[in-house]
Parts: sequence; C-alpha cells; structure tokens
Amino acid sequence: MRRYPFERTTTMSNDTFERGKVRIDEKTGVPTTGHEWDGIEELNTPLPRWWVWTFWVTAIWGVLYCFVYPAWPTLSGGTQGLFGWNSRTEVAQEIGELQTTRAPILAKLNAASLSDIEANPELLAAARMVGSVAFVNNCAGCHGAGGQGAKGYANLNDDDWIWGGKLADIQTTIEHGARWDGDKATHSSAMPAFGRDGILTPQQISVVADHVRTYADLPNAPEPTAEGQKLYDENCAACHGADAKGNTELGAPNLVDAIWLYGSDKPAIVNRIVNGGGGVMPAWKDRLDDTTIKALTVYVHSLGGGQ
Amino acid sequence: MERPPLITKRMTFGETSLSVIFAALAAASFWIALHAYTAVYAFHAVLFALGSAGAVVAIRKRYQARPAAPAPLMIDGRPNYNLGPVKFTAIAALFWGVAGFLVGLYLALELAYPQFNLDLPWINFGRLRPLHTSAVIFAFGGNVLLASSFYIMQRTSRARIAGDLAPWFVVLGYNFFILIAGTGYLLGVTRGHEYAEPEWYAILWLVVVWVVYLLVYLFTLARRTEPHIYVANWFFLAFIVTVAVLVLGNNVEIPVSIYSAQSVIVWAGVQDAMIQWWYAHNAVGFFLTAGFLGIMYYFIPKRANRPIYSYRLSIVHFWSLIFLYIWAGPHHLHYTALPDWAQTLGMVFSVVLWMPSWGGMINGIMSLSGAWDKLRTDPVLRMLVVSVAFYGMSTFEGPLMSVKAVNALSHYTDWGIGHVHSGSLGWVGFVSFGALYCLIPWVWRRPLYSLKLVNWHFWIATIGIVFYISAMWVAGIMQGLMWRAYTPQGFLEYSFIETTEALHPEYLIRAAGGGLFLIGALIMVYNIYRTIASPEIDTAEDIAASPQLAE
Repeated sequence: MRRYPFERTTTMSNDTFERGKVRIDEKTGVPTTGHEWDGIEELNTPLPRWWVWTFWVTAIWGVLYCFVYPAWPTLSGGTQGLFGWNSRTEVAQEIGELQTTRAPILAKLNAASLSDIEANPELLAAARMVGSVAFVNNCAGCHGAGGQGAKGYANLNDDDWIWGGKLADIQTTIEHGARWDGDKATHSSAMPAFGRDGILTPQQISVVADHVRTYADLPNAPEPTAEGQKLYDENCAACHGADAKGNTELGAPNLVDAIWLYGSDKPAIVNRIVNGGGGVMPAWKDRLDDTTIKALTVYVHSLGGGQ
Repeated sequence: MERPPLITKRMTFGETSLSVIFAALAAASFWIALHAYTAVYAFHAVLFALGSAGAVVAIRKRYQARPAAPAPLMIDGRPNYNLGPVKFTAIAALFWGVAGFLVGLYLALELAYPQFNLDLPWINFGRLRPLHTSAVIFAFGGNVLLASSFYIMQRTSRARIAGDLAPWFVVLGYNFFILIAGTGYLLGVTRGHEYAEPEWYAILWLVVVWVVYLLVYLFTLARRTEPHIYVANWFFLAFIVTVAVLVLGNNVEIPVSIYSAQSVIVWAGVQDAMIQWWYAHNAVGFFLTAGFLGIMYYFIPKRANRPIYSYRLSIVHFWSLIFLYIWAGPHHLHYTALPDWAQTLGMVFSVVLWMPSWGGMINGIMSLSGAWDKLRTDPVLRMLVVSVAFYGMSTFEGPLMSVKAVNALSHYTDWGIGHVHSGSLGWVGFVSFGALYCLIPWVWRRPLYSLKLVNWHFWIATIGIVFYISAMWVAGIMQGLMWRAYTPQGFLEYSFIETTEALHPEYLIRAAGGGLFLIGALIMVYNIYRTIASPEIDTAEDIAASPQLAE
C-alpha cells in the first residue's frame, strides 16, 4: 500500500482495528482500503462500469451540444452554434406561424364593420371565439369569467349599460376605458362627492337617498317626499335625468330599474352620494390590437344585453 | 476520588471578549431600536439587544457553574466528546420541522381554498411561503446539518470539538438568525429573492455565525487523531465553504441606512437573476445535497454496520459533483432574457451532473451489500435507504427538467413544486429522520422508545410523499399542456383561470399528502419524547458503537 508523506502514523492504544491493514470483506469478497473511522470502513470496489460509461456519454454529448448550440461566451456575446439557432428567432418564428394560422379569420373580421360581423353567422362565431379568449384573459379579472360582474364591477349580461350598450358605445368604452388617467378620450365624468365636499348636509343626503329608493320601488322604500323631490331636481336630475332613467353620455346610471352597481340598500346609496366618484376601467387600445377589440366588442354585445 | 489539580478559576479570553462584544452589540442594538425608521426594524433591533444581553448573562452563569479547569480533551484515553450543541440542534430540528411542515400544509390549503388567507396580511400566501421554505430548508435542514456535522466531525476525527463557547455560539446564533428571518417574513421584511429573503442585517449576522462554524470545523479536523479525513467531512466542508460564497455573492447590497431594514442589491436585471439562481440552485446543491450526503455517508454504514461500498466512487463523485453543480444555475432561466449561451451551459452541466449525483446514490444503497435483510427488520435503516432512492429519483428528474425542450413544458408549472418536494420530503426529510432516529438515542444514551412507531412514521410519510409528488406531476403536466393549447384557428384554448380551476383536485390531494407527512413527523416527536424521557442506559459501553442496541 502506498503511504503518503502527510499521513499520520500514530495509532490509538484502544484500537480494535489494525490501522493501515487491508482486509478482505467476507460478505462481498472485496478488499477494504484499510481506512477506518469510528468503526466505518471502506471497500475498494472499482467504479461501476455502467456508471463510468454513462458519465462519459453525457460528458461527450455535453461537449458536442456546446458546438451545435450557442454555448461559449465571447467578449461581445457568445458563439452562435453550428445552425445559428437562437431562442429569439424561434419565438419570432412561432409567433409568425400563429399569425399565419390566425390571418384568414382576422382579415375577415378586420374588413367587416361591427354590425356586419353580427349579421353574418360565420363572422359572429369567429368574433365570439377570438373575443371570448381575449375576455377571459383580460376582462374576467373584474367583470367575472362569464361577464356577470360583481359589486362595483358592471354586469355585462344585462341590458343596463352605464356608458351605452350599442356596438359603437361598447367599442369606445373598451378602447378608452373609464376615468382612466392614461387616456385623454376616456369617459371622464364622475359623480360629485355631495357629502365629503359639503354640497349637501347629512340630513339632506338621508332624505334624497330615501327619495331615490322610491323610483325603483325597492323593498321597504318609504313614500316619496316633496323635500326629496326638490333635492333630487336640484342636485341629481342634471345627470340622472328628471325621469331618473340615467344618461349614458355621462355614465349616470338608471335609477328606476332593479340593477344597482353598488347595492340598493340605504347605506349603500348614502355612501355613493357622500363619496361620489365611480368605477375605473383601463383603456385597452394600446394593449390590444384593433381586431381583438372589435371581436371583444361583438362578444360583449352578444352576451345578452346588447342594444 | 482523585482531586482535580488546583487551578485558579478565571474567565478565559473567549469568555471575556465575547462578553464585551455582546455587551457592545446590545448597546448598539438598543440605540438602533430608538432610531429605527420602522416599527418592525425597531422590533428586530430589540430582539438583537435582548439576545445579546442574554448572551452576556449566559456566559456569566456558565462561568460560575463550570469547574476551574477547561473540559479535558480525553478521558481515560477516549475523546471527551462535546454533545451539548448536538442535543440542542437535534431538538431544534424537530421543533422547526413540525412548524415548517405545518405552515406548508396551511399553504397547501390556501392554494386549494384561498379563503384560508382570512384577509390577514401576515398569513397571506406571499408571506407564509418564504416562512415555509426557510423553516424547512434552513431551520429544520440547517439544524439537522449542525447536529449531525458536529457529531460526525467529532466521532470521525476522534477529537473533541474545537472551541468552548464557539460551538454554542454557532448553534444559538444560527437559530437566532432563523428567528429574525422568520418574524421578518411575517411582518413584511423581505429582499424578494427566492430562498434569500432575509434582509442585510440578518445576513450580516449569519455570515459571522457561518465563519465561526467553518473555523470550528477546520480546527476540529486539525486536532483529529485519525490519519485521514472521512468522506462525510469532505461533503460538510464543501457545504460550509460554498454556502458562504453563495450567500456573500447573492447579498452584495447596500443598506438604505443603518436605521432601516431595507437594502438595495448592486446586481440589476438579468445579472441579478443570474446571481440569484446561481445562488438558489447551489443552495439545493450544497445545502440540501452535499450537506445531507455527509449525513448519509456516516449514518448508513454505521446503522447497517457495513463498510462504504466504494472509496473510489466517493472520491470521483465528490469532486465531479462539486465541480459540476456550481454551473447548473442558468437552467432556472431557460427562455428568458439570459443569453442563449448561458442557458446552454446551464443545461449541459445539469445533464452531465446526473452520474455524479447517482454516484452518491450507489454508494449509499450498495453499502447495504451483505446486509439487505436489515431492510426488513430495521425501519430506521429503511428510511435512510429510501431517502437515497428518492435522491436518485429527483437527481434524474432534475437533469431531465433542465433539458430545454422539457423545460418549455415544465417551467413555472407545479411539476417544479413536485420535483422540489420529491427531493425535500423524500431525500432531505427521510435522511434527516433516519439520522435523528440514530443520533438521538446515541447522544442521550437511551434506547429508541419504539421501532414500531418508526415503522408507522415510515409508511404514513411515504404514502404522503407519493400523494404529494404524483398530484404535482399530474397538475404540472396538465397545467403546461393547457397553457400551450391552441385552437385550430390559432387562439389560446384556455384562459388562465380555467387552468387554475383545473388544478383544484390535485391541490386537495397534495394537501392530504402534506398532512400525512406532518402526521408522520408528529409520531416521530412523540417517539423521541418517550425516548429521552426514559432512563439512561447503565453501561460504560459506547452506545454508538452498537447501533442495533435499540432493539
């Protein structure tokens, strides 16, 4: 056995093993190395053949792979590999292929007007397909996967439209959003904060809230009052209309139907009158292309409540 | 009885200087607490102040209680092993393990039922997730590594651990780091780097602890009375040195102020991502692999009472493993802004790493040659061997997933979570349990309370792991396929929310698997409690030399 110069030769007095003595392990027939620590010995088994070969195969494969694909860093970047493959080209290629697949449908949608699309069953089906994918990935977060909405987020299945339910209205709302700072053409009107800004007293707000609840004949609504009517006419009618049926130009909701975006109980209505404002929707025209917005418009319009 | 020689009792240099340092640290921390920008940072500064003041008191009390002479290195020709720090970290490992598994189970339930967030910021997924990963990796795994490395280094060197206060400083300091890191996550202190969330002041403290750990290791090896350094110690040294390098590399940051918990890292953009995954992948490679291979190399041959299968294999796979692992990080950044050449290198090194990893598996499993029958009779040994089988499985799965074509499907899906857990529950968890089932009876000198309960632990936890990883395989592959599914017209087939909804059943199975794993760990805690509560064996014989004493 070889002895290395730095090997220590002292042995302990109570050793049960003779150090440096190679013995044959009786169970495997393999010699030990003669090392021993705390009773642990080591067999001198050679490296398993298959292990060595697999190691070599992976190593050689690795070297070859590094010549075929970009692998070696250089001062200005890295080697390009034998076939010049790179991930950016591959992505561009895959996107290109997708666009080719999509092109026929998109071209047809692009050429047709919104009303033509709705009139033509084939185009309508295509628009709904494109629109539904765009909807679940972009709109469902607020409006719900089925467009059913939530408190503060408009339901798109009913026929009550804050900013108008015609095809052109829906398209405008999608393109520019509502109260979205990043878009000058956004729907910008908002309800004043009658309470916070001191326009009405709490007592007046209570009266007008009670009065508003009479229009839609809500459960437990009190009788209409002359004071309430007067306050309504002076403060609310300008936007919500003398008949309280709302105004989609200003995003003022209809107050005579049963649909209430923020709730129809008195505290909810008082809260709206006190704080004013309104929901915010992003402008999508810079995030989605025109054809997708067209398809989305038709999709939303066809959900059930389009006008 | 022989009277000890008369020595005037006085504080050692270490006791005096550490007391002064801790007193200064307590004062400085108190000052920082008064000026801290945020309440959370003030809270942490107070913890530092209390911890430091506690250290001064503890050193004083320990000095009063100890004999005048320093602890002898040898008693009757046998090394006088210092097992106190080993015992402390073994118990700490059990505590953190159960805590970490419990948080993991809660997170699994949050994923299946988001209502479990309870709308409380402290327990939302984003904050609990790093608490879980750090608790199981660094708190549970770290304490297992400290306990077993301090034990193994002494036994295989036939020497008492170096230092008097130093080993205690390492184990208590490390657990203090975990306290700071964990409370920080819950209160919203994070660097936002995966597996490297603790802020600058926690890392600064960890670095001091870690350097002392390295010094203790090196000085103990230097005083060894064995001619060679055992293979387990090579792995522990690789683990300690590399983790130090990784932590320093991934924490090159400038604190906003000494009064602020926040810092800014100097790396930016893709360089930051590259350094982060170089760090994180090697946290797996050197913390969860090299360190635990060190554990395996001691406890499997010891428990099986058989020699290591191949000395040559241990050399070749050690050096190839540590050389190759360090390059494999870029496979976490396939198809990102990372240049293609770096992605290729990450993938190639990962694939070539396959055989070096399996070298450890072969050496672990084949060391049972001539003792296979013990797998039937000794559930502790079975746990150790199955851990190595899981190690083999996940080190095959890892290279597979690093291949770009596979990664294109598996990346960002739950397959990654499944892969991580086959490695962490199967390999790290089981090898730790097996090691603790050996270590605790040996250091407390008591027979293990019940092998039957170990058997229950083994089977319940194994079924739990199988539930967990197969659910995640199915979930991950399904998720990957759904993300890339296109309609014939070239539009995405599924919305993101549909892919999430589809995962619900798998998430329930995963939670069930995690629950079983936790139940197994609780059985272990009971078993260990009964073991330690039983009377010490009345024998002069070295209990660790006869591993089967438990039966």
